[in-house]
Amino acid sequence: MLKINNLHVKLEEEDKQILKGLSLEVPAGQVHAIMGPNGSGKSTLSYVLSGRDGYEVTEGGATMDGEDLLEMEPEERAAAGLFLAFQYPVEIPGVGNMTFLRTAVNAQRKARGQEEISSGEFLKVIRAKAAELQIDADMLKRPVNVGFSGGEKKRNEILQMAMLEPRMCIMDETDSGLDVDAMRLVADGVNALRSPDRSFLVITHYQRLLNHIQPDVVHIMSNGRIVKTGGPDLALQVEDEGYGDLLAEAG
Amino acid sequence: MSEAAVQTKDVTPQVSGAPKAVDALQARLDALSLPGGGFTASARADALARLREMGLPGPRDEYWRYTDPRPFNAPVPQPIPIEAREPDSPLFLDLPRLTLVFVDGAFDAAESDDLSLEGIEIDTLAQADTGADHWAKGLYGVLEASGQNPVKRPFAALNTAAAQDGVLIRVTGKPSRPVHIIHRRAREDADVTWHHVIRVEEGAELTLLETGMAGARSNGVIEADLAKGARLHYIAAKRAGHQKLGNAHLFARVAAEAQLKSFALSVNGTLMRHEAFIDIVGDDAVAHIAAAVLGDGNVGAFHHDDTVFVTHGAERCESRQVFKKVLKNGAEGVFQGKILVKPGAQKTDGYQISQALLLDERSQFLAKPELEIYADDVQCSHGSTTGALDETALFYLRSRGVPKDRAVVFLVLSFLADALEEIEDEVLRGQINDRLEAWLTRHGNQ
Repeated sequence: MLKINNLHVKLEEEDKQILKGLSLEVPAGQVHAIMGPNGSGKSTLSYVLSGRDGYEVTEGGATMDGEDLLEMEPEERAAAGLFLAFQYPVEIPGVGNMTFLRTAVNAQRKARGQEEISSGEFLKVIRAKAAELQIDADMLKRPVNVGFSGGEKKRNEILQMAMLEPRMCIMDETDSGLDVDAMRLVADGVNALRSPDRSFLVITHYQRLLNHIQPDVVHIMSNGRIVKTGGPDLALQVEDEGYGDLLAEAG
Repeated sequence: MSEAAVQTKDVTPQVSGAPKAVDALQARLDALSLPGGGFTASARADALARLREMGLPGPRDEYWRYTDPRPFNAPVPQPIPIEAREPDSPLFLDLPRLTLVFVDGAFDAAESDDLSLEGIEIDTLAQADTGADHWAKGLYGVLEASGQNPVKRPFAALNTAAAQDGVLIRVTGKPSRPVHIIHRRAREDADVTWHHVIRVEEGAELTLLETGMAGARSNGVIEADLAKGARLHYIAAKRAGHQKLGNAHLFARVAAEAQLKSFALSVNGTLMRHEAFIDIVGDDAVAHIAAAVLGDGNVGAFHHDDTVFVTHGAERCESRQVFKKVLKNGAEGVFQGKILVKPGAQKTDGYQISQALLLDERSQFLAKPELEIYADDVQCSHGSTTGALDETALFYLRSRGVPKDRAVVFLVLSFLADALEEIEDEVLRGQINDRLEAWLTRHGNQ
């Protein structure tokens, strides 16, 4: 599904290399976790994959289903099935949550040559999915993320993911700022979306999210590279011992 | 940005320029046909005397530093083709309302509705001014004259002296429909002077809509007098003529517990100046003045100036000024806004925000926010910002699959949302929002 090969990325504005030869492959249907200390480049990786401005790829590349991701505009990546759940979802006053989401769903459908979904059908689907995430009707009508609590914003991200039905989901520290109950709700939302043709790349500092979303593979990232890859146990090892020993061991 | 514009004393002797200025004013007046007036006769004569005393504005006048008055000073306007405008259909067509149509500034009875409606008396100025007496006699030119201090507004005085037509509305109840004034053009070179007088009696309510383009050049004055507990909701959406030239003035006097809400949508225009002078004279009154302005330098030069004065002269009153400008392709925006709190106007809640969204580096916004406070127990704030689109928000929308153009439209509407919130009626707000969206979509890729 997602293949990242020897990816080197620097900031456009300054001469600062963030990713230094990162390689990674996420097959269809799998959940991969990326863990790593602050400043290792985890968020940069998520932004570069989804097409945010301000980064320059100096070497290597990334493909989704064999197509060059880095050549596409952000909206083209979305239509191709890529989704980024933001660490800090953006507030957009004056634009209704529902209007925004219906525009996004229909823009993607149009880009894929599918028919637009009718407002009646959209309403039916979003109500059902919102209910599962305990998002009430009022939140759907409010402007995008405005006045939402931290937990509500993250649930809203998962709702967007559920409505857009991407095949490759990147989650950037979705657990940050969540209490235990909210984390479980978010994890349940994600688990409900797991399927043989949908993959996840879960970026997190802590192991606790991975108790709820069981990964197939865990990568440890440091200084712009994957330095160790293993099974779910690797996350437990990080939780017990911290990153220090692991990174020393990886050299 | 507070008190950003520094006043500089102009020491250049102007003696030699004076006769020229008088000539220019005379030429301006000669190009107009000044009505003698019936019930307005003495008000018109007084206004003409005021105008002769103050003269036409020049670039050295403090409140004309950012806006070139010369096109307003010129004896006649440049003709503008009737078709030089956005292709939108007229607003509010499908709403129940009472319409008055003015063509090149003159009332067109055949095109208008029957003017009788319960709770409201409507006359037209030209018709009423054939008589010597009218209820509007106590207001015509009166609020304009009191709005000449401390800042001179020569074109408002010119308007009072020269007004051709307009509406005289006295509201005594709660009419079942809004009143909708529609301006249309027939001649390409019409130089239109319209003047409305609105009196909302105690506890009465009116929603007044005004749309269309009055002429190649237009000069408008509204004098609105709100009695105790009265409500006036004024929504203006002037026709988006590409090269239009116009100034409009709102003079309002707001009595105790009364509520004034004004919203203006301005789209395109070579030179537009909107002045508001709001005098809050009774306790517990509310006055909100808002505007959304869209300018694209690619359809012709664009310059839009909002010059707003709100005076608090009573206790526990609230005022809000919300001005938003979206500027692209070299468009220019100006905001000059002041809140004056007089001695004794305790518990005043005054708020002013002026913001510009610059969609490119060639456009510019000049703002001069001012506060002048002579009471000690008040809450007043003002802010002014100039910025570009929020890149993070743009990326967020695009990452959900929303194409860039559409994402920009969303973010511009988001920027304008505070101003649109000042339109109370959801249906009216929705129509204005749709109009904005259509313009933004049409002007997206230029």
